[in-house]
Amino acid sequence: MKSILPTQISLWRKIVNKLMTILVIVAVALAVIPLIFILGDVLLRGAAAVNLTFLTSLPAAPTSKNGGIASPLVGSFTMVGLASLFSIPIGVGAGMFFSEYSWSKLSTVSGFMNDVLTGFPSMVLGLFVFVVIVLTTKSFSAFAGAVALSFVMIPIIARTTDESLKLVPNTLREASMALGVPRWKTTFRIVVGTGKTGVLTGIILAVARATGETAPLILTAFWSTHYATNLFNQPIGSLTYLIYLYGTSGASNWETQAWGAALILILIMLALNLFVKVIIGRSLTEARMG
Amino acid sequence: MSIKLLRGDTILKILLAAAALFIIGLLVALAVELSMGSAASISQFGPGFLIGTKWDAVHEIFGALPFIYGTLLTSAIALLIGLPISLGVAIFISEKLKAHQTFGYLLGTLVDLLAAVPSVIYGLWGVLILAPLLRDYVEMPLHNSLGFIPLFSGTPFGFNFFTAGIVLAIMVIPTMSAVSRDVLSAVPNSQREAMYSLGATDWEVTQKSVLPYARSGIFGAFVLGLGRAVGETMAVTMVIGNIPTITANLFSGGYTLSSLIANEFGESSGIYQSAIIEIGLILFLTALLINVLARLLLWRMSHGRQVNV
Amino acid sequence: MTKIERRTQNTGMPHPSMSKQDFSTAKIETKDLKARFGKVEVLKGINLKFPENSVTAIMGPSGCGKTTFIRCLNRIHELTPGAKVEGEVIMDGINIYSPNVDPVAIRRRIGMVFQKPNPFPTMSIYDNTVAGLKLNGVRDKKKLEELAERSLRMAFLWDEVKDDLNKPGTALSGGQQQRLCIARALAVEPEVVLMDEPCSALDPVATAKVEESIVALKKDFTIIIVTHNMQQAARISDFTAFIYLGQLIEFGKTSEVFEKPKNELTEKYITGKFG
Repeated sequence: MKSILPTQISLWRKIVNKLMTILVIVAVALAVIPLIFILGDVLLRGAAAVNLTFLTSLPAAPTSKNGGIASPLVGSFTMVGLASLFSIPIGVGAGMFFSEYSWSKLSTVSGFMNDVLTGFPSMVLGLFVFVVIVLTTKSFSAFAGAVALSFVMIPIIARTTDESLKLVPNTLREASMALGVPRWKTTFRIVVGTGKTGVLTGIILAVARATGETAPLILTAFWSTHYATNLFNQPIGSLTYLIYLYGTSGASNWETQAWGAALILILIMLALNLFVKVIIGRSLTEARMG
Repeated sequence: MSIKLLRGDTILKILLAAAALFIIGLLVALAVELSMGSAASISQFGPGFLIGTKWDAVHEIFGALPFIYGTLLTSAIALLIGLPISLGVAIFISEKLKAHQTFGYLLGTLVDLLAAVPSVIYGLWGVLILAPLLRDYVEMPLHNSLGFIPLFSGTPFGFNFFTAGIVLAIMVIPTMSAVSRDVLSAVPNSQREAMYSLGATDWEVTQKSVLPYARSGIFGAFVLGLGRAVGETMAVTMVIGNIPTITANLFSGGYTLSSLIANEFGESSGIYQSAIIEIGLILFLTALLINVLARLLLWRMSHGRQVNV
Repeated sequence: MTKIERRTQNTGMPHPSMSKQDFSTAKIETKDLKARFGKVEVLKGINLKFPENSVTAIMGPSGCGKTTFIRCLNRIHELTPGAKVEGEVIMDGINIYSPNVDPVAIRRRIGMVFQKPNPFPTMSIYDNTVAGLKLNGVRDKKKLEELAERSLRMAFLWDEVKDDLNKPGTALSGGQQQRLCIARALAVEPEVVLMDEPCSALDPVATAKVEESIVALKKDFTIIIVTHNMQQAARISDFTAFIYLGQLIEFGKTSEVFEKPKNELTEKYITGKFG
């Protein structure tokens, strides 16, 4: 004789179902709550520290209440700017190769390695630049810091460029070439032209990422409270290194200033990410209409 | 005219290929330089470096085990806590929010925002806010009530494996949940419907058809999270205490591979410096292995189409 | 009919009244069934009675709502975001849409086989077959094996897979996979089996095997099959319903609907004027 299955489902199964729903919601809460706390703390404690003096003064000793972030802020911008100069051509170039020559073995191998490099420990990248540049030039420098940052940026830019250009329909390429436009011009004018919002998005994301990096700078740019006069033979301060230094110092003035610096950093990243969202939003509507 | 065409095309191809080659070159150069830099240390300490437990700059005795241990322990804590939470978020968004697509998108974006917060800010928050909080409300009570278990046997001061593991967990959740979300959404609806048609509850459908179907992708997410955890430097360095020890006591200070490099390269020279570079080499190889594994898994799951992380 | 009589009906033994099938008792019927996706009304009020232990074919041109219709019968339609159902579906005197009916419990009693075979890829043939049984609490290994064999036999698949039960479900050919899905659905002893164009993805040989099993199944189950294929409907169904633009146009014995359709639209469809 075989069993007759019940016409109602067992209470246990109902309980488990309800329980898992609750657990899943708890998980979401646990994931989101830290974010709220972190941003809240940075906002509240940072706001107390940020004012015009803060933004325009040089860093001071822990005993002083009037220290600022002017030179490290400039340092960060300088190095990220320099890194962009280096990483944008290489990143976009590699990304273009991945998308326009996707059948080639070089593309597959390089693409795979690019994926591996994304999210690679930035400390290792910093160590690499330390060995290659700092040890040979026997000094920390903004240049070394910028090179390290560019190694963080290149994989991001390459990948987003690749993805954006892959979205450009092949018919556009074919139409252009059928009109006699040489391939290289097609690639630049038509492909990159169509995909440029995506490429730009990737660049901005990489810039945001680089602005927030600290580990690569520890061994390359190190720290300074002064503005850099030479990009190749002296250490240079950065916003992120300041947060690291001040946050672990145990000095209350410095701790307050660290929160202020963190707020500025978050605002910069927020601005960059918002910019991206606005661009993506606009490019999505364009895509829908075209 | 046609020769000119070819010239332009070839030049572009060469330039672009050079950029692609650069990336390969970078990875290769990374391996080469780290190997060369650690050659002195490798020849002096040999394979014993990997199991050596002493790190003494004064007497020039170096061993990597405490740092390997620290990296693994903090990563293990991070993943143990982070994976269930990430899966929960992924399940919530892909299974429970089907009817509310925008809300799901917003929630996903919110969690992704966590990924955009710089590591050093996690560290700052960890040092000044989380560590004292954990110490007073979690670690102390645990120590007082369950102190007989080796895990909780030390007196907690807040800067230890436990706190580092928690901060790391928060940091890997966005990555793992984003990948898991993609993977779960890719499970065909016909699978869910087949399970529903047998008379299954919502959870049973998730547990018995969605999760198994997506399991290699979820494993990929896990490995990716592991890669992030292993390579994380700033936040961990700021809360782990930076004491090289190997102990089961979660409330003891510890040290990771990346923290060591961050902290000690400065005064180093000679064999000391070479030993630190060797630590960097170990970190490099570990991260390489993990990242390659993760990418292989994810590439396989999506049949070569890249999963967006 | 008492509960015990209803229970013993599903024992796999021939129904006592098989020889003279009584088609006036509807196993399942719909009353003014309406269904929508968001604002679009796909079913505009369908009234159909499905006689017990028979095969009813649901036919109609693409987009007429026939798939939506059967998905309303086992409450799968409502799983789609934005989908709504109005009206009643009554089985054994109970409206399955009434608020105190648990859809999970109903879905076990009304099984479904989908257009594209969808065995669970991470499970073996055996595990696929008993998946529903395990869900419903059957733990005894012997019983599971017994029921698995019975279901696979009913789906005319047993002989082909009996030595390979541990192979993954997806290692089978398309036609075998579909029969596996049928076995899987049958294992939980549903009373009604819904089939959504089960043979449309299969070759003629596989189709013939599936049709064979369907005809054999009707003595134990009430079968409702959506099909595009008129020859198939003619071969295996006792009744046919013709649906057009979300409305029921005609229903009756298959032979009558095909040979002497009462409605002009039905006649147009049958003679291939649109499809």
